[in-house]
Amino acid sequence: MIDFEPTEEQALIRDTVAEFARGEIRPRARDADESGKIPEDVLARAHELGLIANGLPEAYGGGGERSALTGALVAEELAHGDLSIALAILAPGLLAYPVADLGSEAQKARLLPALIASPGALGTLALQEPRFDSDPYRPRTQARRTADGWRLDGAKCLVPWPETVRHVLVLASVDETLAGFVVPSEAAGLRATPDAYLGIRALPTAELSLDDVKLPAEARLDGAPDGSARALVARGRVGLAALAVGVASAAFELARDYAKERHAFGAPIATKQAMAFKLADMAIEIDGARLLVWEAAWRLDRGEDATREATLAMQQVRRVALEVTDGAVQVFGGHGYIREYLPELLLRNARGFACFEALSLV
Amino acid sequence: MALEQMRPVSRRYDEDEHALPTEWVDYYWQTGRKGAPGSLGGATDGFVQVCIQAEELCFGDAGLYLRMPTAALGGSAVSAAGTPEQKERFLRPFRESPHPIWGAMAITEASAGSDSAAIQTSARYDAERDEWVLNGTKIFCTAGEGASQIEGGFVVVWATVDKTLGRGGIKSFVVPAKTPGMKLVGLEKKLGIRASDTATLVFEDCRVASANLLGGRAKAEKKAEPARAGDKGFKGAMATFDASRPIVAAMAVGVGRAALDFLVEELARQGVEIRYDSPPRSQTALERDVIDMQAELQAARLLTWRAASMMNRGRPNSLEASMAKAKAGLVVTKITQKAVELLGPPGYSKKLLVEKWMRDAKINDIYEGTQQINQLIVARRILEYSSSQLR
Repeated sequence: MIDFEPTEEQALIRDTVAEFARGEIRPRARDADESGKIPEDVLARAHELGLIANGLPEAYGGGGERSALTGALVAEELAHGDLSIALAILAPGLLAYPVADLGSEAQKARLLPALIASPGALGTLALQEPRFDSDPYRPRTQARRTADGWRLDGAKCLVPWPETVRHVLVLASVDETLAGFVVPSEAAGLRATPDAYLGIRALPTAELSLDDVKLPAEARLDGAPDGSARALVARGRVGLAALAVGVASAAFELARDYAKERHAFGAPIATKQAMAFKLADMAIEIDGARLLVWEAAWRLDRGEDATREATLAMQQVRRVALEVTDGAVQVFGGHGYIREYLPELLLRNARGFACFEALSLV
Repeated sequence: MALEQMRPVSRRYDEDEHALPTEWVDYYWQTGRKGAPGSLGGATDGFVQVCIQAEELCFGDAGLYLRMPTAALGGSAVSAAGTPEQKERFLRPFRESPHPIWGAMAITEASAGSDSAAIQTSARYDAERDEWVLNGTKIFCTAGEGASQIEGGFVVVWATVDKTLGRGGIKSFVVPAKTPGMKLVGLEKKLGIRASDTATLVFEDCRVASANLLGGRAKAEKKAEPARAGDKGFKGAMATFDASRPIVAAMAVGVGRAALDFLVEELARQGVEIRYDSPPRSQTALERDVIDMQAELQAARLLTWRAASMMNRGRPNSLEASMAKAKAGLVVTKITQKAVELLGPPGYSKKLLVEKWMRDAKINDIYEGTQQINQLIVARRILEYSSSQLR
């Protein structure tokens, strides 16, 4: 039976991250969005907290305590602070987790220690493709065998691309099967063009074109049978869904507090049913979505296939995050539309979940 | 039980609205209740289990579920607000009676639905005979026929001891079946849950012993200070809802699941498979609808289990219970309506049960607190407003 309360340890981690997010991330959210820059000191502080390292193997300097549920709690709290900064904090895991899960011993030894030790994001993931039907299981990007290794051709987008990046995990099709390749950011034939989106503006992102990128044989992550690919995708969706819940709950709290302060017709607008019921629906939808995320995470932690549950959670949060953030803009009225307040930023960020896809965020 | 005992007679007792579904009632009394929750009312231990059972039985048939011989909501009220002596006296027959009996709760009146503090049914204390005298008319009383007519059962009646006290004057009284002055005057004809009897009960100088005031014998003189009176009054009555709303939410989920599972099986039979691992924009509209319905139903189920699990832990859960009820009632209404749509002409046909489930589902958005009243409760809690601040 699914439990509805985090363990004491999980609650402690969640509360620590929540304090960090409220105290240090949220106050920087607007500036980061406007400047298009992630504050370095926040990343450094997140690294000190060991948010990624905690789930990676001890042999390479990690904490060895992988839990999708804990990861979901952390992701929600970070995104409650700010989605761009949360993604920047979690970005190293986009490479580190798949390497830990699918890499050979040699690949892990080569990549993980630096990923774990460095406060900057040395690794990233290129999964999405610039198509309406971008599919994590069936990338259009092709990998072909050559005499001494591999050759990659294709295009990727929505790739987190910090200045510090050294390696990118590129998902590609080998014949009809899915495979992951660790590509140096400086590889010949790989071109990164900075990209900008409706939301997550603080997060540096790039479009990648891969034109005859030559890689040695050991660039391919060895273990990629379908089963583990499904688990990786589910872990990505659970993480994203948790982030979306964080965005939604941030918007809800702002709207709730604003509605209690803002007076119209001689009383706080929250005392009007039209407003109060909207807020009640937001609260109900957020709790329902969060429980779907927890259920999927709980399945992953039990080693079960969570493809269906992760998909249900994603489907739900896509709608809920959009409706709640849009609702927050509405509650704020004209103030919701101006950039002095956060609801418009949250609405732009929330829409992103319509197309975000990741591996192993938790 | 759901598939073998309920489904085969589902259609028959939907059509034959006011007939007693004897084979189901007898089966439940002789066999079913031994493996089932002791009653709808009461069990705070294993409350999630109670919800799961309610879901399973309503997956079978929600109307027949409501017609089960149990203490039902009356039992919940006795469990939530009754003294140990009252629990023993009123609930024991549900374990020991040789024939099926029913419990019920009578709150609603013609001009007091969600606004249950506005009820007009009066209770006058007769000090000479140490009895309460009830006068008024109650409508929409689920299982009210059985509970008022079959010896051993009872109806919990909400009445005001003093209208000037508003909700503070409201008490609940246990009226045993066949008590003189309690009359069954009508049964409703409904959109759905037709196997369930929905009664109108009239109370005319209906006398009950003072020991039947739920929560204990409040003396007449304590009327003046209701907050300190021995009984739990309105609050006790409202506490019933904290226990009953998760169950009603679970019942709703059961009806929704009946329609949704049927839809998925029927689609599979006709060659449509739901691909959970394909990108959203590659899914067909049908697949997306189904995934959406499943996500919504599962969210409602998890909210329900959370509210129930808080009950197990002895935590206050009225916020979570209302959240679950508001979500589940709405979701299953939409899901069953969508199932009729997606199945095409057969979905609309009485050859299948889907159209019945759509009719059955709608009541979940209304009874035990309409969606709107639950929204109001949630809103007050999240905004930290009192009932006078947010009306």
